[in-house]
Amino acid sequence: MARGVVITGIGILSSIGRNLPETIESVLTSRSGIGTLQHLDSSHKDEFPFAEVPWSNAQLLELAQLTDPLGYSRNTLLGMIAAKEAFHHARLDQLPHLRTGLISATTVGGMDRCELYFNDFLTNDSKNQYIDVYDCADSTEKIADLLRIGDYVTTISTACSSAANALLLGARMIRSGRLDRVVAGGTEALTSFHVNGFSALKILDKMPCRPFDANRNGLTLGEGAAYLVLESEEAAHIGNRKIFAELVGYGNACEAFHQTASTPDGKGAFLAMERALKISGINALSVDYINAHGTGTDNNDIAEGLAIGRLFVEKIPDVSSTKPFTGHMTSAAGSAEAILSILCITERIILPNLNLENPMPELRFTPVPKLIRGIDVNVVMSNSFGFGGNNTSLIFQKPNHK
Amino acid sequence: MAAFINGIGLISPQQTTDPAMFLPEVMEYTADFLHAINPNYKKFINPIEARRMSRLIKMGITSAKIALADAGCQMPDAIITGTGLGSVEDTEKILSSMNAGEQLMSPTPFIQSTYNTISSQIAITLKCLNYNSTYVHRSFSFESALQDALLQFEEEVAATALVGGIDEMTDNHLQITRRAGHWKTLAVNNLQLLSYKTPGALAGEGAAYFLLENQPNSSTYGILKDAKTIYNLEGSANMEDVVATFLSANEMDINQLNAVILGYNGDIEFDRVYDRVGSGIFRQTQQLWYKHLCGEYYTSTGFALWLAANILKHQLIPASVKFNNLNSDKLQHILIYNQYRNTNHSLILLSNK
Repeated sequence: MARGVVITGIGILSSIGRNLPETIESVLTSRSGIGTLQHLDSSHKDEFPFAEVPWSNAQLLELAQLTDPLGYSRNTLLGMIAAKEAFHHARLDQLPHLRTGLISATTVGGMDRCELYFNDFLTNDSKNQYIDVYDCADSTEKIADLLRIGDYVTTISTACSSAANALLLGARMIRSGRLDRVVAGGTEALTSFHVNGFSALKILDKMPCRPFDANRNGLTLGEGAAYLVLESEEAAHIGNRKIFAELVGYGNACEAFHQTASTPDGKGAFLAMERALKISGINALSVDYINAHGTGTDNNDIAEGLAIGRLFVEKIPDVSSTKPFTGHMTSAAGSAEAILSILCITERIILPNLNLENPMPELRFTPVPKLIRGIDVNVVMSNSFGFGGNNTSLIFQKPNHK
Repeated sequence: MAAFINGIGLISPQQTTDPAMFLPEVMEYTADFLHAINPNYKKFINPIEARRMSRLIKMGITSAKIALADAGCQMPDAIITGTGLGSVEDTEKILSSMNAGEQLMSPTPFIQSTYNTISSQIAITLKCLNYNSTYVHRSFSFESALQDALLQFEEEVAATALVGGIDEMTDNHLQITRRAGHWKTLAVNNLQLLSYKTPGALAGEGAAYFLLENQPNSSTYGILKDAKTIYNLEGSANMEDVVATFLSANEMDINQLNAVILGYNGDIEFDRVYDRVGSGIFRQTQQLWYKHLCGEYYTSTGFALWLAANILKHQLIPASVKFNNLNSDKLQHILIYNQYRNTNHSLILLSNK
């Protein structure tokens, strides 16, 4: 019998809040984090809106309580702050050591420093302390050092499903008995590098993103970090702590279709959701809410929407995309949206799909347009899909729900 | 949960792309870094598609196809890749154009710079809808991929897994990371690597894919028993204890090991870590090394696993990889011990089938 996996700690830093309480405040007041760029110096700053974390690197250094500012990328600072919040939220700093892992996700890694100093790297020695922060593992190792996690440390990069896959691996490591606790999630700082990349792909909306709207015209890039503390049920019972949710299902499928596009009928999305349901043993009828990947691109939303319609034949759960709140946090999206999904359970709410004016006529459902309060939410599904057709779906359940 | 290694595809600075050959001769270089020998990619990838692909993607698809053909497998249940750096060439293309103040016109380098493109392109080539993941953690990348595959077998969700380790080096990246002290400052002869006794390693590159399966077949090389990564948090790891515990978890002790493959890379400072275990826990063990053949890179243990698997299959140790003078009558159990800069340590254990 595989061991149960529960969530005991949450940490999140994004355009809608520097911690969990601020994030809850934002979602309860339907406050979006999308606006104009203040900190990243991008040639596209006047062309597209962004969901930028509204603090400078100097302010983030203060938030992270670091005295020596050298050698930290924005990506690492975001990750350290959110991971530390999750770690303390679960009170792991006060408990005896059990086998603990850190599984972090990122795609651009320390690119925010690398793109600034690339010319120095090539021509002089003035920025050498930033050379080794370029790769994806740098933020992970600095978080591991900060939280003194050493039993298992790794980094996953599967583009926009990265953090969902970090949670998936964390759950598997606990279920199999390899670890007792895992801090899992992702971090991603906005960079000119990927702003330019998404711009070249022509999938950025000039207006704040409008997922599942007939007139949607692309995504809005965001940034931030989000981590969850996963524990085995036995470990979670130590220290009289609160359990926020159980991670009961996960599924990963590769669409094997195109590097940056989904099949028109969302085959990969369907398979990932179906596999997650199968692992969880939960009937499709019991799912109360789906936090959709819902990027706002033409291609994703039709593919994902049709796949949801095909899988949930008898009754479609409430659906929304929360990317109009946080923007698309790319490699951190999977864990950030897992947290927002869990908040639906703990706060007894259904999050709205902001910016929805004309629902897509092709779909069998209309996303939830306004915040719903005072509702029992027992089972939630969170979808994250990435480049290369890397699709992952997670299912969370209210503790002790049968 | 063990896995049978039933197929291997390796592109490296040595002549390794033909699975029927096992180091027929050793390639000698005097170079800044050891370049992988490009096979004829047209034999493996449609030339129209190949034209748009950067070299790393071609190396990945080709080595994956060689491994699948070697094992007689068409559709793996999982594709898992480890890559420390992904496509450096594409990343540099974008950074150079940004440096020149140009707008990025083609999205192709951006897409290819995304780390999971290698695993995805292999999936697209095979039309494989199964589990797909990519690990990007320095010299844990390949080991994390192996651990994921072993876990899939234990969970009984996969019977076959295509697992790879792949990294490339470029002139620019060498120049940049040399500033941070990773590499030797001058070109060196790879076969004399340990004679320089200077700081910095000799860089290399390569792509290794393995078809792992839950049962043997006629082409089985050996059994992958276990893989472990050790993050040396605050220098707290005692590797002698870690090795002993790892072996005992696999119901073995140090005397049963017929050979240990060590990750000596020519860096005088960090090779001391191997010297210590070599004169300690491994002092009675036949010691081998491999990075003079492939260079140092984050997923070089892919080369080491190829070497160990072939030693088991052929029951033969090439003279070029011997590190000490000890011998062993039979070759049944081999351990690979690698570390990078005394921070990321890993162990991989193989046995005969």
